[in-house]
Amino acid sequence: MSYEIERATGSWELVIGLEVHAQVISESKLFSGASASYGGEPNSHVSLVDAAFPGMLPVINRECVAQAVRTGLGLDARVNLESRFDRKNYFYADLPAGYQISQFTHPVIGAGKVEIELADGSRREIGVTRLHLEQDAGKSLHDQSPDSSHIDLNRAGVGLMEIVSEPDMRSPEEAGAYLRKLRTILRYLGTCDGNMEEGSMRADVNVSVRKAGEPFRTRCEIKNVNSIRFVMQAIEVEARRQVAIWESGSAVDQETRLFDPQRGETRALRSKEDAHDYRYFPDPDLLPLVLEREWVDRLRAELPELPDAKRRRLAEEYGIPDYDASVLVAEKPVAAFFETVAKGRDARLASNWMLGDLFAALNRTGRGIENSPVSAESLGGLLDLIADGTINGRIAKDVFEEMVETGDGAGVIVERKGLRQVTDSGAIDAAIEQVLGAHGDKLAEFRAGKDKLFGFFVGQVMKATGGKGNPALVNAALKARLAS
Amino acid sequence: MPLDTATVRRIARLARIGITDDEAGRLQGELNGILGWVEQLSEIDVEGVQPLSGVGQAALRMREDKVTDGNKVDAVLSNAPERAGPFFAVPKVVE
Repeated sequence: MSYEIERATGSWELVIGLEVHAQVISESKLFSGASASYGGEPNSHVSLVDAAFPGMLPVINRECVAQAVRTGLGLDARVNLESRFDRKNYFYADLPAGYQISQFTHPVIGAGKVEIELADGSRREIGVTRLHLEQDAGKSLHDQSPDSSHIDLNRAGVGLMEIVSEPDMRSPEEAGAYLRKLRTILRYLGTCDGNMEEGSMRADVNVSVRKAGEPFRTRCEIKNVNSIRFVMQAIEVEARRQVAIWESGSAVDQETRLFDPQRGETRALRSKEDAHDYRYFPDPDLLPLVLEREWVDRLRAELPELPDAKRRRLAEEYGIPDYDASVLVAEKPVAAFFETVAKGRDARLASNWMLGDLFAALNRTGRGIENSPVSAESLGGLLDLIADGTINGRIAKDVFEEMVETGDGAGVIVERKGLRQVTDSGAIDAAIEQVLGAHGDKLAEFRAGKDKLFGFFVGQVMKATGGKGNPALVNAALKARLAS
Repeated sequence: MPLDTATVRRIARLARIGITDDEAGRLQGELNGILGWVEQLSEIDVEGVQPLSGVGQAALRMREDKVTDGNKVDAVLSNAPERAGPFFAVPKVVE
């Protein structure tokens, strides 16, 4: 879908690249044995390595490396069997060593790709340049005291994967789709929880604008955006700012900016003078990271089914529309829920119920699929009652709402409320006579040729059966009665 | 390539070390001495030789993913010039 900004001089195209910092799921930190878990008393998840005491040496965590390799494999990327660690030097209070251990010239993972899907159903491939391992920094608290900042190093040294995309995205929508897809892949792999609110996934956004066919113009980097919605907003306002600068005859300066969601604007972050002067050099404390091919192959063999493969399988195996399949696989537990409901049942019906009534109920109750008020087994039970003719589709909606409220099974509710479908022809005939008797005027109109009143009679008969009439039987009986 | 005083000042600023003009001059001499000494290595012909990143063990040793450290707030804060409860206290930094 094309997204362009129209101005007097013509239309401007957006060029967007994303650097995503994804916190590695592991027990301990990348280079120390301190806990990597979130929270904890301030400075309690800290070893002397993390606090950069003199003489302390980093020792790499095998699981963090495995997580990076799994992620690389999930992004269909090249795994570099030899990579290196470098020191990225900058001075900041929450970086005790004065440098971050990162991978600059030789990252552990090379080029890969992410396939995104847009609202119009089209798909595009976004290139991944690289993925490397690095340490997180500590946290500065500025609001605890009027004259000092407080530093908590619990996050310092936790493993991060920095995943850098190619400048392949052309609209805020594509950037949003990329982040959602990347998060889905990370969650499937179990390598990052993808929780942007808690900061375990954050994005730096590179934006520039250009006229069609031009080479890239100067870009700006918007740092640390912490929700997909904000990423999309930040791109939009930053692109407009840059277009206004170029249109006025000035030039955009390359700089780091910050997105302020309250004001809906970006502003320059730090002084440009020394920005990006990180003086990288190989970390003399760390030898090259060498991976054995057999180990990588084993990790590859243990990978779970990934979202794209699952989408194709669900569409094929269950005969559901591609769109439904792509919605169902966005979250792994949703796909699992679907498979439980659909096994041995009408899969299209299962998918329709999930995408419609179940998702609506989850939204309304503010719950996730993991603690859905209606379990997969219960929803399956409801579909069984529709399939065997115990209840009709209309009544099933009411039963479902009752299931959401009470947590009871469909069968129990149907019995308790007497919602069994009326298939007894005597009862249906009686309802027909009652309706025709009460609406003699309409009957006369119908007889005079007003055919469309048939629908009215069907509705009235259904109402007379309390909605429980078997629609097919009601139709047939009514047709026969009116023809006589 | 010898360092000029402007570069010496820049390096000091990046490391947040305040230096006087006298010190800048002295450090320039010392740093250029060190660089010149290391520079002698460039006289060796290393055409076709792979970079060596360490001697002895050729690759990084990895450890198991276990929590074996932490819960030593007092030790961690023991060298802090200032502390506030369980935190390091540093001059206010505001972007």
